[in-house]
Amino acid sequence: MSSLSYAAPATVDEAIGLLAGASGLAKVLSGGTDLLVQLRSGRTRPALIVDTKKIPGIIGIREVDGGFVIGAATSGAMIGEHAALAAVYPGVVEATNLIGSTQVQGRASLAGNLCNASPAADSVPAMIAAGATAVIAGPKGRRTVPVEQVVTGPGRTSLARDEFIVEFHLPKRAPRSADAYLRFIPRTEMDIAVVGAGVNVTLDAAGVCTAARVSLGAVAPTALLVADCAAALVGSKLDEHALAKLDLAARDACKPIDDKRGTIDFRIKVAGVLARRAAAIAFERAAARS
Amino acid sequence: MSKIHVTTTVNGEPAEFLCQPGNSLLDALRDDLNLTGSKEGCSSGDCGACSVIVDGRLVCSCLMLAVEAEGKSITTIEGIANGDVLHPLQRKFLEHAALQCGFCTPGFLVAAKALLDHNPDPTETEARYWLAGNLCRCTGYDKIIRAVLDAAAEMRAGAPAGE
Ligand SMILES: Cc1cc2nc3c(=O)[nH]c(=O)nc-3n(C[C@H](O)[C@H](O)[C@H](O)COP(=O)(O)OP(=O)(O)OC[C@H]3O[C@@H](n4cnc5c(N)ncnc54)[C@H](O)[C@@H]3O)c2cc1C
Ligand code: FES
Ligand code: FES
Repeated sequence: MSSLSYAAPATVDEAIGLLAGASGLAKVLSGGTDLLVQLRSGRTRPALIVDTKKIPGIIGIREVDGGFVIGAATSGAMIGEHAALAAVYPGVVEATNLIGSTQVQGRASLAGNLCNASPAADSVPAMIAAGATAVIAGPKGRRTVPVEQVVTGPGRTSLARDEFIVEFHLPKRAPRSADAYLRFIPRTEMDIAVVGAGVNVTLDAAGVCTAARVSLGAVAPTALLVADCAAALVGSKLDEHALAKLDLAARDACKPIDDKRGTIDFRIKVAGVLARRAAAIAFERAAARS
Repeated sequence: MSKIHVTTTVNGEPAEFLCQPGNSLLDALRDDLNLTGSKEGCSSGDCGACSVIVDGRLVCSCLMLAVEAEGKSITTIEGIANGDVLHPLQRKFLEHAALQCGFCTPGFLVAAKALLDHNPDPTETEARYWLAGNLCRCTGYDKIIRAVLDAAAEMRAGAPAGE
């Protein structure tokens, strides 16, 4: 860490210039709740830290065209306090608020949770289920990418070294739409997901599901968007048959590892259970939003 | 590497220090500003012994770079009492014997102050979840929770109770 430098650019272009021009590894800093731990342990040895938090708009939540724009470095605490966002995207908010302690919530961001690229990141399945997109800035301008295309493997993303996420977009909701996120951990606070499940649904006036997205975390190298789970829900009112199909599709999608938090068999079983429970909550919330 | 000059506000007073880019705010508080009340239990965000309030948000000072303190307003355990008069939380921690070795206590007090600033009337469950990022190896937590709820009640009543 002897040659580490720090910069806090005031604009997106300045940040891109710093990332592009760095002589060694450059790391983007949002809340630092992953980066500082890795810095301390020597797991990462950057030459440059680019702190994005002085860039206007990188922290904050705006309602735009009926949807939401969340700045990349907005803290979990701010996300949890935003009543309008919590009403429309309760699943994204509850997933984000599961990250760490009150202290961690004071700094942890969606961009950091995503780009740290842990398979167990809590906000990621919820954002994928919600159909969130990431706006990535780079030397050639901005590109908008579905969240599920950002992480390519544990600790790896599809971002180029001179790119970073500036904001996330959550689309305008159709009527009777809602989401939910559940995770399983061995205790009630301060642990990392054994399995996470995000479900987002839209219902018609009769309560029949017309669109669904289901994402599972911690059961594969990256969070999964499971099309067969969605197919199990669409056309149903979440009867026993649909729930059984959902459970099976979730279990089939899992490619988990064995570790101290859970065995492969346990993770697969829990993925099915959590998908069902999260779907039940999402259906109930969607029905209440007519 | 040249050191970075940081100007900030700590416990309402202007403060400045020089730091390396990789230093944590906890390093700067303890080693440069001689504010050794904030403790280093883990340096990985797990124990909360380093808790401080930055611009109204509770954070782990071990997970924030010292350079990020530029222009911010920071409250540490040294800023909780009003001169020689203990904060109600501090008094209640003593009354309820909510500490043994005391290593976790500054972090708990700062975190509990942030809780009461944010929610003057927490339920026991709310207090337990809010403080879940603060670890104590000695007390078993119960006395800490009782002290926090008692301090909250006293502060809501607006005067020291029973004295
Ligand atoms: C005690 C503790 C408990 C935790 N519990 C949980 C938990 O329950 N669930 C969970 O999911 N996580 C947990 N975490 C991990 C961490 O808090 C989260 O992943 C958090 O969301 C990271 O956000 P950050 O802003 O702090 O990221 P940072 O540390 O700032 O960054 C993390 C990574 O993302 C990169 N990055 C940051 N911003 C950008 C950007 N705008 N564009 C591109 N790359 C970027 C960084 O370079 C770095 O590689 C915990 C951490 C701690 C210390
Ligand atoms: S020293 Fe900061 S959380 Fe333990
Ligand atoms: S009193 Fe010893 S760690 Fe809490």
